[in-house]
Amino acid sequence: MVLYTDLLVVGGGPAGMAAVLQAADSGLSVILLERYDQLGGQLVKQTHRFFGSKDEQAGTRGNVIARAMEEELEQLDNVTVLLEATALGYYEDNILLVSAQHSLKKIKAERIIVATGAAEKMLTFPNNDLPGIYGAGAVQTLMNLDGVVPGRRVVMVGAGNIGLIVSYQLLQAGVEVVAVVEAARQIGGYLVHAAKISRTGVPIYTGQTIKRAYGNGEVEGVELWQLDHNWQGIPGSERSLAVDTICLAVGLRPLTDILVQAGCQMAYVPQLGGDVPLRDDNLKTSNHRFYVAGDAAGVEEATAAILEGELAGLSAILELGAKEGQSLEVKKRTVKKKLDKLRKGPVGEKIRAGLLKVRRDGNAGKDRYSHTG
Amino acid sequence: MKDRTIICRCGDLTLEDLQQLIREGFTTLDELKRISRLGMGPCRGSTCLELVAREISRLTGVGIGQIKMPTNRPLLTGIKLAELAGEGDD
Repeated sequence: MVLYTDLLVVGGGPAGMAAVLQAADSGLSVILLERYDQLGGQLVKQTHRFFGSKDEQAGTRGNVIARAMEEELEQLDNVTVLLEATALGYYEDNILLVSAQHSLKKIKAERIIVATGAAEKMLTFPNNDLPGIYGAGAVQTLMNLDGVVPGRRVVMVGAGNIGLIVSYQLLQAGVEVVAVVEAARQIGGYLVHAAKISRTGVPIYTGQTIKRAYGNGEVEGVELWQLDHNWQGIPGSERSLAVDTICLAVGLRPLTDILVQAGCQMAYVPQLGGDVPLRDDNLKTSNHRFYVAGDAAGVEEATAAILEGELAGLSAILELGAKEGQSLEVKKRTVKKKLDKLRKGPVGEKIRAGLLKVRRDGNAGKDRYSHTG
Repeated sequence: MKDRTIICRCGDLTLEDLQQLIREGFTTLDELKRISRLGMGPCRGSTCLELVAREISRLTGVGIGQIKMPTNRPLLTGIKLAELAGEGDD
């Protein structure tokens, strides 16, 4: 049995939900797929308040934003939400194969918005498979959703925003954070987050990384060492910390498998986290059926994901001939302006550099996929 | 116990194994995948492919952006045989 729909959105996080909400009065049929048993994606475990401008929900906690979007979504009778639904593959005849609550479904859609998010990156160091080594995102899920602490003494590797925020949440949960370690010479995350950590007395070591983990059957400690300017460890600079948990916050990688299978032209763009699809200024990829939004388009913050979701959603439903096209065009221009504003200034520098490499021009990043069967 | 650095968790491939294979001349992700089964486990390479690309780049001097990714095929994750057999189909 094949399900037909005008618009299919893959991923029920901030970008996917925002995309679907645009179709509210469009008269179009929409299916939203979410891998987990609840909507919200990463927002549901983001118990901290957001930054930025008031327009973009600054001051509101991520989980509260998710709940509000979900409530709005529940009001829409043209939208079907499939929970515990994982996209398995995309086939030549434009069929997306989905496993939804342990039953296979084939879905055929006029337009597909891929808002699949990102996955945590891993590090290579000796004994990196010892029990007690976690991704920071996994620790956040464990604590804020399941109410379980990962251990008693933690070292955090990575001082970007995720590393800093999760460190603070570990402290809030009564876990001892022995140190935050950052390979770069500077802290990657916002200073506000770093200051919060420093005030509690937790040291942040820059220019250092993990040399090896050790322990008999589980993590008992970690050896750190200093890095030279070529990112090589300096012998003799080692120090050991007794910890039972190592938390890795070393970046995210966009999840783009479906887009690759759909033959979308890709570009390797380190500033955006890895391989991302080329797109136009409406977030449409080189495959005319496909749009991309959120972390799958390039790793950024939830606020950017929401705006990108809105932009992709509006663009897709306009193409599909939604009612009230005029007012949607106006809305689309406003969203684009908000995105530009969000990415302004030194904080958005890396993202802006990355976005220069996702256009179909001579500056595009290299496509690492060959696209042959 | 000897220190081990795991590259492919699904296939239990270590950094040492990988470096040996690269030295033997398996210098593309496709070749390495075929000889070692890396990236063919339940995670479909989501953890290891980037780590392997980095190591190939380091040992061969080819830029990381130039390293070809293996063909991406369905299925993206493991499913139960019962699903394929249509159990629970309506």
